[in-house]
Amino acid sequence: MSTIARTAGCNKVVAFVVHLVAGTSMSKTTVRDRTKESFQALATSELSALYSLARRLLSDGAEDLVQEALLRAYRAYDTLQDEAAAPRWLKSILVNVFRDQLRKRARSVDETPVAEIEDFSLYRTLIDQDPFPYSDTLHHDFLQAFSPEDVREVLMRLPDIYRVPLALRYIDGFPTKEIATLLSLPLGTVLAQLHRGRKRFESEMWSYAKQTGLLLEEGDTDG
Amino acid sequence: MDDREGTMKCSDAVRRLWDYLDKTVSPEESERIEQHLSFCRRCCGELEFAKELRAFLAKRAVEEIPPDVKERFEGFVGELER
Repeated sequence: MSTIARTAGCNKVVAFVVHLVAGTSMSKTTVRDRTKESFQALATSELSALYSLARRLLSDGAEDLVQEALLRAYRAYDTLQDEAAAPRWLKSILVNVFRDQLRKRARSVDETPVAEIEDFSLYRTLIDQDPFPYSDTLHHDFLQAFSPEDVREVLMRLPDIYRVPLALRYIDGFPTKEIATLLSLPLGTVLAQLHRGRKRFESEMWSYAKQTGLLLEEGDTDG
Repeated sequence: MDDREGTMKCSDAVRRLWDYLDKTVSPEESERIEQHLSFCRRCCGELEFAKELRAFLAKRAVEEIPPDVKERFEGFVGELER
């Protein structure tokens, strides 16, 4: 049986020492030195994903959020068991930092009356309003009108309680149960927030497209 | 209330489509949704659009990191000390 022993003291950079008893094999988990260099390699490879996630969680302060997450991850690097899970582990730490910051802020919960958005259907609205009358692929064309920056603007219109679970589930691919754990919320609450968040997102996509001229077809601006 | 025996209304089906795609509905409810979809063309359209919107979100909402921001992060990581 293999034994993994940690060196005592948090100031040591190299924290893992692996003792292998002859005749046995290591577990599936890859264990390597938790050096500053290996953390740098991991962090550098995930910078893009972390920054993108931070920009979805916050309208301002994404850089500070990423830096705080990197600092916290570095200090906890010894606890990472599975190298393959490292990207998700870093994202989870970033969400934890965000959650802590959220608790400190006075949360203004912008609760749109449920009835107003409960029955909204972007699919049906597009058919009814027909913004691109000459299109054979109306719904597809509507989505293609949105740039990544437009999508972010729409996401930022959503209150935190809807935007955060929505982004974690449908952009970063976290399972619903894991989101509940990360946000310290009951699973039922997350499911309800996801449902309302989806409706709110669809509704805001339509409003945003109308307000910013995304629905204008070529030639419409010529007067 | 069901519009046909053993099935569900369009509004109920549409409300549960994303949960159906997320596989967070019970097997019984999943079966009822599929039964509804088997005869309701409009809800099939809703389902296809839900799939497209999910794929769109996963792809289009991901932003590139600006080079100057990346450089600042790399500098920050390089200076980390315990």
